[in-house]
Amino acid sequence: MSAFRVEIRVMPRIGLLDPQGQAVEHALHTLGFAEVRGAHVGKHLVVELEAPTRDAAAERARVMCERLLANPVTEDFLVAVEAAG
Amino acid sequence: MKRVAIIVFPGSNCDADTLAAARAAGSDAYYVWHRERDLRRADVAILPGGFSYGDYLRAGAIARFSPAMQAVADHARAGGAVLGICNGFQILCEAGLLPGALTRNAGLRFLSRPVRIRVERTDTPFTGLYASGEILEVPVAHGDGRYTADDRTLAEIEAEGRVVWRYVDDNPNGSLRAIAGICNPGRNVVGIMPHPERRNATVLGGDDGARVFLSMEAHHATQRHDGVRAAGGSQRGV
Repeated sequence: MSAFRVEIRVMPRIGLLDPQGQAVEHALHTLGFAEVRGAHVGKHLVVELEAPTRDAAAERARVMCERLLANPVTEDFLVAVEAAG
Repeated sequence: MKRVAIIVFPGSNCDADTLAAARAAGSDAYYVWHRERDLRRADVAILPGGFSYGDYLRAGAIARFSPAMQAVADHARAGGAVLGICNGFQILCEAGLLPGALTRNAGLRFLSRPVRIRVERTDTPFTGLYASGEILEVPVAHGDGRYTADDRTLAEIEAEGRVVWRYVDDNPNGSLRAIAGICNPGRNVVGIMPHPERRNATVLGGDDGARVFLSMEAHHATQRHDGVRAAGGSQRGV
């Protein structure tokens, strides 16, 4: 078994209302960042775990997302694994 | 007299009001701590409002895994009546006992004020004593109350008559189809965002919510029919 650090990005599903992202976009426009064409607010989670391989760590993290870390109705997730330093 | 289990999570804060409202309706209501695995022969389980586990991760996401929730799911699958109010509704959605999700209010603000809702369905254990189309005034108190589901799910719950209450005049949180409450296909699991337990006596500013609890008690007395139990056995998507 090796130690892995999994970075998980959970974002509101594209196409669904993202009021936080809209509020951030408006604030950026107000500050003069006229070039902003969209903003989205999600969550970044870091999970440290033990697994036999990198692929196994990623697979376990995906199951964690499906069962708890992301809401399958409203959110999408992305998993990135790195060896724990 | 109906036995009503009020499930208490760390962070529940409407449990006492809900217990009082159920008792005022004549029920034998009692608390069940979330670590318990037994609802103690409950006829009805109610998940009260509050902020279980501080709304960490997502509202209701952690409470869903409490031991008591397994008992609630078993109770629901056997056709037993379940009501989720506010955070309780969020937990039922997270647990997959009701479809969809409750997301951040469209206006991003926490809302605590009276709203008007229309009773769309009287064929649930919690609405039997209302008239179809009746308008009620009850308060909301939530930051994550915007009902969301995919188009297919929305079409299905509309076609099956599973929208139990709808906001009228003004949709406070941007819920799709102005949905304030829904039920499962078996009609025994019901979720509502506003708080009927806060309007169960005129001294509280109105009693429009009282019949949610009186209906539950009446349902026990007159409608403990096999139909509900049979329907509960075929809960699609649960």
